[in-house]
Amino acid sequence: MTITEYFNLLFTDYTLRTITLGTAVLGAICGMLGSFAVLRKQSLLGDAISHAALPGIAVAFLITGAKDTNTLLLGALVSGLIGTLWIRGMTKKTHLKSDTALGLVLSLFFGFGMLLLTYIQKQPNANQAGLDKYLFGQAATLVESDVLLMLIVTGLALAVMLLFWKEFKILLFDADYTKTLGFNTKFIDITITFFIVLAIVLGLQTVGVVLMSAMLLAPAAAARQWTNKLSVMVFLAAVFGAFSGVFGTAISASQNNLSTGPVIVLVASVFVLFSFIFSPGRGLLFRQLRFRRNRRDLELKKTLQFMFGIAETHADISHPHAIKILNNFQGFAKTSLRELEEKEWITLNKQEWALTEKGFVAAKTMFETKEDNE
Amino acid sequence: MSNPQIEIQLIAAVVAIACAIPGVFLVLRKMALISDAISHSILPGIVLGFFITQDLNSPLLIILAAITGIITVVLVEWIQKTGLVKEDTAIGLVFPALFSIGVILIAKNANDVHLDVDAVLLGELAFAPFDRLMMSGIDLGPKSLWVMGVILVITMMLLLLFFKELKVSTFDVGLSSALGFSPAILHYGLMSISSVTVVGAFEAVGAILVVALMIAPAATSYLLTSDLKKMLMLSVLFGVFSAISGYWLAHWLDASIAGSISTMLGLVFLMVYLFAPNKGLIAVMYRHKQQRIEVSLLTFLLHLNNHNEEEERHINHLQEHINWQKIRAKTVVDLAEKNNLISINNQVVSLTEKGNNFTSIALEYIITNKDEKIEHLKDDFFLFRG
Amino acid sequence: MRNKIAIQVDDLTVAYNYKPVLWDIDLVVPEAVLMAIVGPNGAGKSTLIKAILGIIDPIAGSVSIYGKPYDKQRQLVAYVPQKGSVDWDFPTTALDVVMMGTYGSLGWIKRPGKKEKKASLEALEKVGMLAFKNRQISQLSGGQQQRVFLARALVQNASIYFMDEPFQGVDATTEIAIINILKELRKAGKTVVVVHHDLQTVPEYFDWVTFLNVKKIATGPVKEIFNDDNLTKTYGINYKVAVNK
Repeated sequence: MTITEYFNLLFTDYTLRTITLGTAVLGAICGMLGSFAVLRKQSLLGDAISHAALPGIAVAFLITGAKDTNTLLLGALVSGLIGTLWIRGMTKKTHLKSDTALGLVLSLFFGFGMLLLTYIQKQPNANQAGLDKYLFGQAATLVESDVLLMLIVTGLALAVMLLFWKEFKILLFDADYTKTLGFNTKFIDITITFFIVLAIVLGLQTVGVVLMSAMLLAPAAAARQWTNKLSVMVFLAAVFGAFSGVFGTAISASQNNLSTGPVIVLVASVFVLFSFIFSPGRGLLFRQLRFRRNRRDLELKKTLQFMFGIAETHADISHPHAIKILNNFQGFAKTSLRELEEKEWITLNKQEWALTEKGFVAAKTMFETKEDNE
Repeated sequence: MSNPQIEIQLIAAVVAIACAIPGVFLVLRKMALISDAISHSILPGIVLGFFITQDLNSPLLIILAAITGIITVVLVEWIQKTGLVKEDTAIGLVFPALFSIGVILIAKNANDVHLDVDAVLLGELAFAPFDRLMMSGIDLGPKSLWVMGVILVITMMLLLLFFKELKVSTFDVGLSSALGFSPAILHYGLMSISSVTVVGAFEAVGAILVVALMIAPAATSYLLTSDLKKMLMLSVLFGVFSAISGYWLAHWLDASIAGSISTMLGLVFLMVYLFAPNKGLIAVMYRHKQQRIEVSLLTFLLHLNNHNEEEERHINHLQEHINWQKIRAKTVVDLAEKNNLISINNQVVSLTEKGNNFTSIALEYIITNKDEKIEHLKDDFFLFRG
Repeated sequence: MRNKIAIQVDDLTVAYNYKPVLWDIDLVVPEAVLMAIVGPNGAGKSTLIKAILGIIDPIAGSVSIYGKPYDKQRQLVAYVPQKGSVDWDFPTTALDVVMMGTYGSLGWIKRPGKKEKKASLEALEKVGMLAFKNRQISQLSGGQQQRVFLARALVQNASIYFMDEPFQGVDATTEIAIINILKELRKAGKTVVVVHHDLQTVPEYFDWVTFLNVKKIATGPVKEIFNDDNLTKTYGINYKVAVNK
């Protein structure tokens, strides 16, 4: 399928349009709330919650017998919240560490959920088909009402976030201090956690239990690399998330046999990888370049200092010396001599070099200025 | 019981033991979630291995997949080192990406790879007895039993050989490198064993149950003991018990064996979590209530010890200055009186000689940071506990 | 003796996991003093501050600020936590951190406006950090980070300041700059309570001191009570410092 075909389809095909819109909205809300999860060092909470939601879906089906998405998601929400609370309780009341608590809730809830799902499948009144879509997600099953629900929740989350922006920010940065200012930190904390759980539950149908945590983390981790402002980070994460959703849907729609969830996650991972390497402020590439430049700079200064040491012993500082004597120490290279010449710190004449007045002053004041900087 | 039934239970038990042993070390080293990451990220390794070997039980496939597991660990550690994201985020970024690659590889080659992603995640223990190891026409038993058996024997051997090193490096990294055991070798050794175990077990029990079998028995036994040997033994016991009872639960409900085993692991954990004698929730809550009263009592005695003024020792002062609710104040005063630590004259409370003694010794212990000795002190002085 | 009491702590007891870390502390701090809390590691110095500020729930005791319960007097109190207690890689700027000091008086939902920004810039200037106002906080040195934290407390415009080890990991210039600001605050009638480690500098920096080791050992003017006797009582061993008058 070519790009133009895709766009034609996007405007004519109802299903594709619904799915694209759904994954875009989902990506946006996950990126937005994921930023908070990442900054609270609760990255893996998402993974535990999404797995913990599975038995809730099964129980909701067993009780109501309905396949209605909203009922099932309500079950997922309840069971996800129970999982979250239990993780907190476990780390507070026993000496089990948070990684163990997360791993326990993740695997035990999921196992119990599987028990229930397989039990349901064997029941005779089986209008149960469609429950396993929550494992890996099936974006194809999204209908207009699902997207509407996502839009409502996203709008709600956005409104709450804008309303309590100041409170969210200060709690994320310094919880103790927030308490001394008289804010009810428990309320803020619970609100943030509740919306994170809500976003995860919303994504289950589209991305599935297993890959949901990546939807939460990846856009936020990528966005963090490009900015030092929380508001920009949250906005960028939402944009990255939405694009991951749209691109992922487009790629999986253009190929056979590609489920949407894994493709969306891979697109988001590409965003992360790209940001890790190419972000100007924090990226590895520029960090490496800066590191090299600093090292060169240092070598240059070392060479100059050595020359200064020699020149100092002569009455005439610009007395020429053989280049050969420079070979014996580090930091010297043909290019560094040329660079020194470009800075007019030395003059080169065939096999000899001579310090200039400017170079002499530069070498002399090098360490003084260094101390001033700190 | 039919033959396949016995074989299934045997496989389940062997898998449980093989998982429980590395699991104990992962839990103690606060790396429980690494098992989750490995169990997901080996998927592309399994698929690639399958392209090459065309046999899910081939040793080569297991080694290839285990290498993917180790790559995961290295990748996570590398991302952590760059400092671009927090530690836990690194784990959460790596394994979904690798898992997605695996899922896509399977989907794109559905005709060549007879692998089902559901089966990878959930395993199908019920089918394990049908894949048999045949050697020159003789049936030697289910293949997966052999695979897991070999892994278990290797794990046990390594455990016995390096028990001392593992113990020291788990509880005290600094000491272990001072003694000349390289923490890095032990770390990657443990990661390798975990990867191999996860790969060997995934076909039988699935990627997520592997996590349950690794973490849950270890966490359960950690609530009962802190002794490494006892922990290992209890973990094996809980693992095997859940594996076998889980099988029968699945049999009875006609549901997934892997799901039932996790559910049993969960139930065992829940029971211990609630009822463990010292570290269980109920014991902890009871002790907290008792200690709360006894700490209040200590506070009260010290207050009397600190103040000679009658006004500060008046019984109403408890409510006013110390700021306690009425009930707690009464409990504390009653307890102190019952233990002959105080006497009350005209609403003014004074320490008895015994009370004086007790308070000064307790204070000495607290200031010299020997809090644990206060428990013995309470045993010596108290006739009644809070 | 000054007559107005800024902080009064009665019978304060704090326990972690039901092990007492602070025992029956009675403490009275007069207005307009610069007080150091000293004591060995694990003596409960930070805990005392946190319990006074309600970050930790005490199991007994009460705190009053200018004669009224702390809960009603929060606006009068500012807090500078230990530098290590927050994540300095958080995506925010120096000015943004200082603005957080205004959140308390703004209350819920209301956002800081021009007035708050002006106050924050002034506070940054006071600590000599105005040039760094838009710098990401991870790109500040330890001393600069501490100055930002101090500015955040200054902008609260409180009467009482609690500071947890403000000189830890800062350069000498910053240490002097901070102590000068604290002395200015005292001159303006504010009360400053500092958890402090370096016994050598106590007589030079502070005029009031509290010795703490689970129990309160002594409290009062540095000139009267900062002596070998109290130091020995607090630190256990036979402790001697050159007290330069």
